[in-house]
Amino acid sequence: ASPLTLRIVAECPVTKARACDIILPHCAVSSPVFMPVGTQGTLKGITVDQLEGLGCQICLGNTYHLGMRPGPDLIEKANGLHGFMNWKRNLLTDSGGFQMVSLVELSEVTEEGVKFKSPYDGKEILLSPEKSISIQNSLGSDIMMQLDDVVSSTVTGPRVEEAMLRSIRWLDRCIAANKKPDKQNLFAIIQGGLNAELRKACLDEMTQRDVPGFAIGGLSGGEEKNDFWRMVTLSTDHLPRQKPRYLMGVGYAVDLVVCVALGCDMFDCVFPTRTARFGSALVPWGSLQVKHKQYAKDFQPIDPDCQCPTCKRHSRAYLHALFKSDTAAMHHITIHNIAYQLTLMRSVRQSIVEGRFPEFIRTFMKRMFPSPDQYPSWAVDALASVNVTLE
Amino acid sequence: MAGSRVKLELTRVVQGRSRLGVLKGLGRTGQHSLEVPGCLLHTHVGTVPHLTQDTLHTLSNLPSVTQVTLSNIAEHQEVLEEFKDGFRKFAVWGSGGRIELTVAKFMALQKAVQPDWYQSMADGETWQNNTSRKRVRKSVDRTLAHLDECLLVHQKSQELEGVEIFGVVEGGDILEERVRSARETAKRPVAGFCLDGLQTGSMDRALRTQLITALTKELPEDKPRGFSLPAFIVPHKCSTPGGDGESGSSSEFEKEDLKEAVVTERGCALCFGFDISPDPELAGRAPHAVLGLDEERDMAGETQQNGDLNLDDQTQMTSFEINLKDKSYQDDFRPLVEGCGCYCCKNHQRAYLHHLLVTNELLAGVLLMIHNTAHYQAFFGALREALAIDKLDLLKRRVLRERARQTQ
Ligand SMILES: [Zn+2]
Ligand SMILES: [Zn+2]
Repeated sequence: ASPLTLRIVAECPVTKARACDIILPHCAVSSPVFMPVGTQGTLKGITVDQLEGLGCQICLGNTYHLGMRPGPDLIEKANGLHGFMNWKRNLLTDSGGFQMVSLVELSEVTEEGVKFKSPYDGKEILLSPEKSISIQNSLGSDIMMQLDDVVSSTVTGPRVEEAMLRSIRWLDRCIAANKKPDKQNLFAIIQGGLNAELRKACLDEMTQRDVPGFAIGGLSGGEEKNDFWRMVTLSTDHLPRQKPRYLMGVGYAVDLVVCVALGCDMFDCVFPTRTARFGSALVPWGSLQVKHKQYAKDFQPIDPDCQCPTCKRHSRAYLHALFKSDTAAMHHITIHNIAYQLTLMRSVRQSIVEGRFPEFIRTFMKRMFPSPDQYPSWAVDALASVNVTLE
Repeated sequence: MAGSRVKLELTRVVQGRSRLGVLKGLGRTGQHSLEVPGCLLHTHVGTVPHLTQDTLHTLSNLPSVTQVTLSNIAEHQEVLEEFKDGFRKFAVWGSGGRIELTVAKFMALQKAVQPDWYQSMADGETWQNNTSRKRVRKSVDRTLAHLDECLLVHQKSQELEGVEIFGVVEGGDILEERVRSARETAKRPVAGFCLDGLQTGSMDRALRTQLITALTKELPEDKPRGFSLPAFIVPHKCSTPGGDGESGSSSEFEKEDLKEAVVTERGCALCFGFDISPDPELAGRAPHAVLGLDEERDMAGETQQNGDLNLDDQTQMTSFEINLKDKSYQDDFRPLVEGCGCYCCKNHQRAYLHHLLVTNELLAGVLLMIHNTAHYQAFFGALREALAIDKLDLLKRRVLRERARQTQ
């Protein structure tokens, strides 16, 4: 049996949303859940104690980066990524394939795997499904991702089908390569681009494999939002109810709320932490640019309703002043942004459990947009597809 | 000013120079105290570099006094004037500081900041070498004139009631001017003294010792004396703890202390030992208190030291630190300093710090700052303890021996 148990705590009677407890080796995760991204075994200046303090139950590490530096052998010696970064809760690692295709110019995909030149020493490296799993086994993550053949969501034509079919073959190789199936979960990634038939074909094949969870991949790469939500809802329609569904690379508040309604459980995105570095604080009405002059004399916290350590102690004016001279300003905003994402997901979950998720969505949208005519039409359509009408 | 409320209570004076005591009556209500010798927390706009309140408060035994460089906050003056509660509430921390400004602007800033104490305006350009005697004399005169002007405004100002002024002793490297500056400043109603331009590295060590010895004789026994480091003019030059064996002999606190910050910025961890505990159990452990020191004798090159105490630039390390960027730490799963109780040492290993540094991750600065601040504060604690039990010489030897050992 895989080291993952999914308990459905509540299902929304109107939408496809659900609240689950996902029991993983290091602790239980309450879903829907947003997973902050700690690329290099650290989360943008935040200590593991601070992250734990914010209630984070699972975060991400990037296989590509960690495989390069400090390397799987060293991390294995340090008792895995958990030991290396001293994180006591769950970790999810990606396969490394996406980073390779997006970061390394000289990469080439063959049936064997992804070939690329190391940006550090120029050596040619092959990331095969077996190699990816071997690195992830060394990292010791609670959830590993299969290596998939990633094509941009805006690509069309036969390459999309090739990538989908190859991802299925690679899934089988990854399953076979997992040396610790009793300790580490391997998730499959649904591909098929924006083509409903290819997605469906991929879903049919992959759901026949006995994997502990599924990810919806190949989206959130600049495609039309109309295509995006249709692919998401198609996927959740065909994914098994008793396994977690992870929508990769999604982290904007509106996208999160809509995609929870479409039946997704897990999300990750670098956006909240990246935007913090530029002084952008996430708030229920969008974002607040701490660097803007209008906050120089504004003595309120970023969000008066926010309970995070930053909002409890510091004013917008103080953060505005600090931003000019010290990196701690970024840490303050990073902490707030992670708190915002985690709190948002907790309130979503709470509303599902209490059977008032549709109402939650309406209140959320009202607060996020100045008026209903500014609601994005894709969100309105997506929500209508799961029986939620916005006035 | 109705007499200075800040009081230095000396519990011990060793060899007529080294003083142990408590600086009392600090804070606007006089509720704070600072043990001396001691070292202030340096801040950027009231934040210790890299640290948020969460990470800062993993540190125990922090001094109750924080220092803010005025150049950091001068641009926020207007904001502070609007925010009536003063800088402490604005930044959650207290303050004190210096800047080159007109007296009027300088005093307006103090009123807005409402520090616990501040350093009078000074003309301190004379730390550059080879400054002419004439220029030095002028700087002493101007500094005294500034002090008088500041005192005049200060005494009339309601906002600054309960706030203390520290006088600045200038005089470059000319003994007579130093003595004159000290004598004249001591005549004014100041709460204490800042010895400006005497940081290691900016002048010959023998001359520096001579000047400090002369100054300590001039300054009244009952008032605190501090080193003021020219942080924002020569931002990366600062003194080394125990470096010349003089630390603690004349200064009760180091002002604008950038030591931890500077070490942190170059990716280093302070690791010098200062354990002189007579406790047999602890004493037995003492040689190992600093991990790696014993090994370093055998494995030359584990730390790269240059043994040079004068920090000419930020990239130059002293022998009191280890450079975690060094490849040898890549698979070193020990804490920075064995037995150190700081958050960093209790939770992380050198290998992880090395990784954070080579990948340019922000957490490296946070963790190193935590350790370096803890280590530096602990060193000052050891200094006070050594004074209390008459073991300053032993501590000096211990710190210096370590350096000698490391530079072998
Ligand atoms: Zn907040
Ligand atoms: Zn430490």
